[in-house]
Amino acid sequence: MQARAEPTRQQVRLRGRSYVAFVFCPFVPIVGWLEEIDATLARSPGFFVGKPVVLDLSAVDLSQSAIAHLVTSLEGRNIRVLGIEGVEEAQLTTSMPPLLTGGRHCVLQQTKPEKPEAKPKPTSLLLESPVRSGQSIIFTDGDVTVLGSVGSGAEIVAGGSIHIYGTLRGRAMAGVNGNSAARIYCQRIEAELLAIDGYYQTADQIDDTLRNRPAQAWLEGDVMKITPLN
Amino acid sequence: MAKVLVVTSGKGGVGKTTTTAATGAALAQNGQKVVVVDFDVGLRNLDLVMGAERRVVFDLINVVQGVAKLSQALIRDKRLENLWLLPASQTRDKDALTDEGIGNIIAELRTKYDWIICDSPAGIERGATLAMRYADEAIIVTNPEVSSVRDSDRIIGMLDSKTVKAEKGEQVKKHILITRYDTARASRGEMLTIEDILEILATPLLGIIPESQDVLRASNVGTPVTLNNANSAPARAYIDAARRLMGETITMLVPTERVGLMNRLLGRRAA
Repeated sequence: MQARAEPTRQQVRLRGRSYVAFVFCPFVPIVGWLEEIDATLARSPGFFVGKPVVLDLSAVDLSQSAIAHLVTSLEGRNIRVLGIEGVEEAQLTTSMPPLLTGGRHCVLQQTKPEKPEAKPKPTSLLLESPVRSGQSIIFTDGDVTVLGSVGSGAEIVAGGSIHIYGTLRGRAMAGVNGNSAARIYCQRIEAELLAIDGYYQTADQIDDTLRNRPAQAWLEGDVMKITPLN
Repeated sequence: MAKVLVVTSGKGGVGKTTTTAATGAALAQNGQKVVVVDFDVGLRNLDLVMGAERRVVFDLINVVQGVAKLSQALIRDKRLENLWLLPASQTRDKDALTDEGIGNIIAELRTKYDWIICDSPAGIERGATLAMRYADEAIIVTNPEVSSVRDSDRIIGMLDSKTVKAEKGEQVKKHILITRYDTARASRGEMLTIEDILEILATPLLGIIPESQDVLRASNVGTPVTLNNANSAPARAYIDAARRLMGETITMLVPTERVGLMNRLLGRRAA
């Protein structure tokens, strides 16, 4: 027996949906009305772009050619007419937008530009007091600046660079999110450990001649370099 | 205005209890009404240094738990009528202390005394954090050696974050007191210098107490060093420190090696 596959027929589903459209109500003289539209466009050029626009011609009495001319002048201004209201169907040709009926008036809600609720996250952290032994400052969003010293047994962890205007006696870990361009700067280096993007040096590995001097540390490839500043 | 002063250090054996007793006695001698409170529950020492160990009936924990009234636990000093002691319990441990209980006791003491001096236990756990919890001012006792200085740095961090004042956005007024300063070793460069310590801790200095046999001698007889021999070098340093606490300006003297008359005549340096 041969099995025959019945082609399954998709049901056509129709759904209703309503939109709010701008309704243009031209008045005579049409030239003057178009100047008004031009003035609006001059203030905000993109105002009607992508917005549904309906022409309500009940206030004016226009011939078929006049309607066609009005629609093309609007198209010339980048305004696409979705439909026309307030005329006899006989006045419209097939190349014109369709006749619409049954439109209901509604209040246009002035959508205020939403104020960004959450402020953009700060990209740096400033500490105005010394960081004491046992304290751990973790800031993965950017640079950390300390106006003071970082005590032995304290640690600073930063996503970006670390700037210390004092003596660095504790640990400093910069670029923890994989930022290999991060650097560590300090006014006096007596650090227990320096790390950038996972590469680290302990106090033992730091050259003694650098000690007690202003210094910076950065990554060159996968080698940490520490040099005196100025 | 009553002031709550915590004597703390992080590290043990640096001289917190000695400092509490000596400073308390010195303030009382200056006419201030003072109570010294021992927070070292389970390892109490302040009663010994104050010479009051035979008179302890009720203690801090009894008051915290409501077994005794505060007035029953307070012991008046026999030598100074302005000086009182609130002893710790020796049979309990620090878990018996509660934040609320301590808060109530401190609030009650504030109404009766000019100075409430809290002798903190070593460490950074419950006893030490509760001793500093309600402090307005703090003496950080530091020896001129790296471990003590680092522990002091840690304690300063806690004073700036874990106290009621810090939580209200205010600052506990902090003072560094350098104790056991050995003039002979300092002159040989074997200790951290005062400048090094103050540079690391970035906190004002209250005084420098020289290493001295007088301190041990006073402890052994149960008398604060400022009462035992007021003319000894450590006693004078403590008395100056107490007056600085009261707001007086007194020149800071760095103890130097005292050269005896004979040695000076002979042009020799003391060993």
